[in-house]
Amino acid sequence: MIDAVGHPSSLLLLGGTSEIGLATAEKYLEGGPVRVVLAGRQSPRLADAAARLTRAGATIETVEFDARDAAVHTEAVRKAFAGGDIDVAIVAFGLLGDQEKAWQDIDVAVELAEVNYVAAVSVGVALAAEFRRQGHGHLVALSSVAAERARRSNFVYGSTKAGLDAFYTGLTEALRSEGIGVTVVRPGFVHTKMTEGLSPAPLSTTPEKVAEVIVSAVSSGKEQVWAPAPLRAVMTVLRHIPRPIFRRLPV
Amino acid sequence: MPRSVKTLAGWARTAPSRATVLSGDEVASTEALAEAIAGAGHRGVIARGLGRSYGDTAQNAGGLVLDMTARDRIHSVDAETGLVDLDAGVSLDRLMRVALPFGLWVPVLPGTRQVTIGGAIANDIHGKNHHSAGSFGQHVVSMDLLTGTGEVRHLEPDGVESELFWATVGGIGLTGVILRATVRMTKTETAYFVADTERTANLDETIERFSDGSDEAYDYSSAWFDSISTGSKLGRAALGRGSLARLDELPTKLRSDPLKFDAPTLANLPDVFPNGLANKLTFSAIGELYYRKTKNKRGQIQNLTAFYHPLDLFGDWNRAYGSKGFLQYQFIVPLDAEAEFRAIVRDIAESGHVSFLNVFKKFGEGNRAPLSFPMPGWNICVDFPIVDGLGAFCRSLDERVLAMGGRLYTAKDSRTDPDTFAAMYPRLDEWRKVRDAADPDGVFASDMSRRLRLTS
Repeated sequence: MIDAVGHPSSLLLLGGTSEIGLATAEKYLEGGPVRVVLAGRQSPRLADAAARLTRAGATIETVEFDARDAAVHTEAVRKAFAGGDIDVAIVAFGLLGDQEKAWQDIDVAVELAEVNYVAAVSVGVALAAEFRRQGHGHLVALSSVAAERARRSNFVYGSTKAGLDAFYTGLTEALRSEGIGVTVVRPGFVHTKMTEGLSPAPLSTTPEKVAEVIVSAVSSGKEQVWAPAPLRAVMTVLRHIPRPIFRRLPV
Repeated sequence: MPRSVKTLAGWARTAPSRATVLSGDEVASTEALAEAIAGAGHRGVIARGLGRSYGDTAQNAGGLVLDMTARDRIHSVDAETGLVDLDAGVSLDRLMRVALPFGLWVPVLPGTRQVTIGGAIANDIHGKNHHSAGSFGQHVVSMDLLTGTGEVRHLEPDGVESELFWATVGGIGLTGVILRATVRMTKTETAYFVADTERTANLDETIERFSDGSDEAYDYSSAWFDSISTGSKLGRAALGRGSLARLDELPTKLRSDPLKFDAPTLANLPDVFPNGLANKLTFSAIGELYYRKTKNKRGQIQNLTAFYHPLDLFGDWNRAYGSKGFLQYQFIVPLDAEAEFRAIVRDIAESGHVSFLNVFKKFGEGNRAPLSFPMPGWNICVDFPIVDGLGAFCRSLDERVLAMGGRLYTAKDSRTDPDTFAAMYPRLDEWRKVRDAADPDGVFASDMSRRLRLTS
């Protein structure tokens, strides 16, 4: 159960090596013990993630999960809930990929769409079912500002996140009457392994900062948040800028 | 009849969850209750009374909750023996109104009368008379418990099933559904108190008043203390101590109707309070007023509201904290931990977390119930509005309370963790054994039992 001060007893990270997901787990661990279920492919990176959270005081379980294989999603989510209630689940997996290849190479484009959109929808359905069964819980989905208005340089990624964003925004409404919360998080440029080597956009942020936004949003029940917060105003403007001007903007 | 799904929260309005709630006719017969328990499903079932526990004891996310308030029959009142046989859904308020004309007084009254008999037993509630009368479970002569297997067990404190009796006292509903109980009431000549009130200037004086033996002269005693002022005013308190008045102590005009139920209320607070109104400024001002209003006076005749339930002047006062709610932090530490106890009171005042409803009381002996809260010691209750950083502060308090050999109260807790709770209640495993035997399939569950991993 999420307690009176917003602290969960358990956390599920789908995408067990996600830097934002791990930073969020660490943020929660500062507030007391948490059982963390890491769902991901068995790999040295997943083992490192488990070790890192164990050091921070977590009790760790791992569940085999491959975002590319939709056939196993329901089973993986069911296993994640088998060890007891999950209070907060974060849909944290995602690919950025080579954006120039992505709009020209079918395989790259389809992989992005499958991982970022299809898998997000598939686990969303499975998570909603588990949360309804247990009667409580909070779901967090990592979207992106690129979902609001994609740029020439990232529109394949942006299109997949736009799909995810719309799905989880709708899921928020569908689950509201059941007492289950959903938060869609729209980070800007986050300094992570995924963005290594890319030149940061303005208002760039870190996984730790995004984690703070997530923890605060879950505890106050916010359904849509930006990280950092000022991006909300920026994106409101950017969404409405005519294309001829938008394409010249250095964003 | 369609089952109703409701969002339930504790009195502090934090961490709500949704459950299927059975009430009214659906819980009227024992057969219906047994059937509901048998069909509870994988999320289990918990009984709920009037919802005055502050945290998550009487809610059960995704499961079944039995609203017991419809079971409110008082079967018999015996003025001679003082025994009252009644259903678990009867409130202490109603019991008091019915029993007073017989010269019978509710033996243990908490800070509100709006709790049920079932809740009073399940939380083993205490009141201002703990040092003279113990807690509620000690006044229960027998009770009927509907267990997870659908049997009704008749339990007595010293009977063959005394273990299950004492596991149910303070067992927060996890041993079964309390259906009915026989309670031994206190005989009284009047419904009034003879009270002494006084102010202390600081924490030293407050502790001194409770240590100098003067407490023993009163059946009822507690203090409101200032938990915001620091420095020389730290821990200053307004004490109210007294005993039930004898007939010859009443002024003439009250003697004609000495057992009149006299507990005035003013108004219910509307649900319009913004978050953040409960702050240092408002609390300091109200606290100052309350402190100054208390005069050093002896032998006053006071009615129940004035002496015992000043908050009842305002119904639904929990709304004053806004939608974010608040958190009650009640702990007790052994008497020998006085030095560290002083430090903790100081650190609460200096923490920046402001609390207004602060209760200070010295408790007497505990009882046999493994999960009963009271023990001889210093008891403090404070309530903090929910703000950032409160969780970390409370965790630091937990550690210190635990280090002193103290503990938290289940009726108030809404946030501690399983390991801390287990360390605070060393007899938890003993309780679990009795509980598990009475509920082999683990039917009884609550949000609290999941949060604190009380059941398997």
